[in-house]
Amino acid sequence: MTSTATTTTTSASTAQRSSLKWVASDVLVIAQRDLLAMIRIPTAVVFMFVQPIMFVLLFRYVFGGAIHTPGIGQGHYVNFLIPGILVQTTIFGAINTAIGLAEDLQKGLIERFRALPMARLAVLGGRTVADLARNVLVVIIITGVGFLVGFRPSGGVIAYVEASLLMLYFAYCLSWGFAFIGLSAPNSETAQAMAFPLVFPLTFASNVFVPLHDMPSWLQVFARNQPVSQAAKAVRGLMLGAPVGSSVWLTLIWGLGALVILTPLATRSYSRTD
Amino acid sequence: MSEFAVEVLDLVRTFKDGEVKALAGVSLHVPRGRVFGLLGPNGSGKTTMIRILSTILSPTSGTATVNGFNVVTHADEVRRSIGLAGQSATVDENLTGFENLRMVGLLNHLPRSVVIPRANQLLEDFGLSDAAHRACKTYSGGMRRRLDVAAALVADPPLLFLDEPTTGLDPQSRQDLWSMIERLVEEGVTVLLTTQYLEEADRLAHQLVVLDHGHVIAEGTPQELKTRLGATVLSLTFASTSQAERGVELIRDLSDKPANVDGSIVELTIDAGPAAAAEAMRRLDSAGLTLSGLMLREPSLDDVFLNLTGHRTEEDAAEDVLAGRSGRRIRS
Repeated sequence: MTSTATTTTTSASTAQRSSLKWVASDVLVIAQRDLLAMIRIPTAVVFMFVQPIMFVLLFRYVFGGAIHTPGIGQGHYVNFLIPGILVQTTIFGAINTAIGLAEDLQKGLIERFRALPMARLAVLGGRTVADLARNVLVVIIITGVGFLVGFRPSGGVIAYVEASLLMLYFAYCLSWGFAFIGLSAPNSETAQAMAFPLVFPLTFASNVFVPLHDMPSWLQVFARNQPVSQAAKAVRGLMLGAPVGSSVWLTLIWGLGALVILTPLATRSYSRTD
Repeated sequence: MSEFAVEVLDLVRTFKDGEVKALAGVSLHVPRGRVFGLLGPNGSGKTTMIRILSTILSPTSGTATVNGFNVVTHADEVRRSIGLAGQSATVDENLTGFENLRMVGLLNHLPRSVVIPRANQLLEDFGLSDAAHRACKTYSGGMRRRLDVAAALVADPPLLFLDEPTTGLDPQSRQDLWSMIERLVEEGVTVLLTTQYLEEADRLAHQLVVLDHGHVIAEGTPQELKTRLGATVLSLTFASTSQAERGVELIRDLSDKPANVDGSIVELTIDAGPAAAAEAMRRLDSAGLTLSGLMLREPSLDDVFLNLTGHRTEEDAAEDVLAGRSGRRIRS
C-alpha cells in the first residue's frame, strides 16, 4: 500500500513538473512565432524604433527649449526627457499586444490554437513575452540615441539597469490588460482604437514629458497619482540618482495589482467557449 | 473503444441568448476509417458542429464524444487526438510553410527531433517543398489550403476535421486536395468533412448527413440519397413562358418529384435519364412544342434541398454552389 501511495505521489508531481515544462515550452514557441512575424512586417519595425526616435528628437530639439526642469538632471531637459520617453515607449509597445492578438483572432489563428493540446495560457503568455523582448531592444536603442543627443544619467550603471527592469516589468504587467482588449475587439483596427485612448492620457497627462507643476491644479491631482507618473518618477530618479520616495514601491504594487487582475481576465477571455 | 470515431447525441447550440439555433438537436455516428460528410448550405450548422467537436465551442445541450472522449469534460484528450483544417483554422501568413508546421508540431508537444523530419515530409507529400521557406502570404489559395491540411496532420491524428476544405479553390486544386484526402483514408485516417457541394460529398464521403437550419433532414450513402432524389435532372428550355407552362403538363408524370418551373425553363428530376428524355421529346414534339435547349445533369445541392425541404437554399449559398460547380449551369 505504502509503495503504491508513494508511486502515485511521485507520478503526480512528475506530471505537474512536466505540465509546467510544457507551459513554458508553449509560451516560448508562441513568442518565437510572434517575434518572427514582427521582424517580417516592415511597418511594425518602423513603429517599433522610428517612432520613439522621432519623439526623442521632437522633444529634445523642438519642444525642449520651452520646457524648464530646474533641479532635475543638472537642469538639462534631455536628462529629464529620456527616462520619460523610455517609460512612454515601453507602455506604447503594449498596444501591439492588443493589435497582434486581435489580428490572430480575426484571421482564425486563435481557432487553430484553441483546437491544439497546448497550454491555455500560452498564446497570451507568448505574445506578452515577445512584446517584452521587443521592449528590451527598444530600451537599448533609445538609451543609445539618448546618449547621442546629450543624455548623461548620473545614477550609475546598476541603478540604470534597475530602472530599466522596473519599467519593463511595469509595461509587461500592463500588456495583459491590452491582451484582454485585443481579445475583446472584433478586429485589429478596433483594438488599436480601443487601446489608444487608454494609453494617451496615462502617458501625456503625467510627468513623462513635462514637470507636473506647470499643469493646472485639477490636472495635477490626476497626473501626480496615476501609475505612469509613479513609474516615470521612479525610473527617472534611479537613472539620475535623484530621490525616488515611495515611487519604486508604488510602481511595483501597481504592476502587481494589474497582473493579478488582468491575467485571469485575459486568460478567461481566451478560454471561453461560449 | 467505441467503433465510432465521433458520437453526437441530440446536440443543441444556440447563439444570442437562444434567439439563433445553429444546431437544433443533431445526432451523428461517424464510423472509424471512413469519410463522413456533413452537407448543407451556409448557416445550416456545419461549422458550428465542427467547432464543438474540436472543443473551440461548447454545446448548449446534448453530448459529443470524439475518439471516446467527451468534448466538454475531456477537451485536452480530444485535442490530442484530432487535426483541424479548413475555414475554422488557418495558417500564419507571416511564417514560412516549414515554420508553420514546426510550430503546430511543437504545440502538439512532439519532440523537435520528430517535428522537423515530419514537417519536411509533409511539405514534400503536399507538393510544397519548393515553397517551404517562403512566407505563406506569397502562397496561392490552393497552396495555403494544402498547408492548412498538412498542419492538421503534423501530429498524425487518427481523426481529421475538414471544414469546407475546397471552398473557393479552382477545379485543379480541388481535384488535388480530393486525391490527398483519399490517400489519407487509405492509410486509415477517419475524416469528418463539411461541404456545400454534392459533387464533393459524392466523390469522397462513404456516408452523408444533410443539414438544414440545424436539423438533419436526410442521411445515408451518397448513392442512397441520389436514388431518393432521382439520378438525373432534365432541364428543358422552351421558346416562351406560356409554352413552358403547356409543356410541363405533358411531361409531369415522368417523375414522381414535383417539377420546377422557372420562367421558360422546366426542370424535372428523373430516374432513367436518356429514356425519359427521349419520351419527353416525343410528347413535346407531337404537341408541336419546340425546345430551344435541353440538358441532362447531375442533381445539385439546390435540387437536394428543393426535394428534401420544398424550399431552395439561401440565395447566397446557392450562388456559392453555382460558382463552385465549374460553370456547368449558368443562371439567366
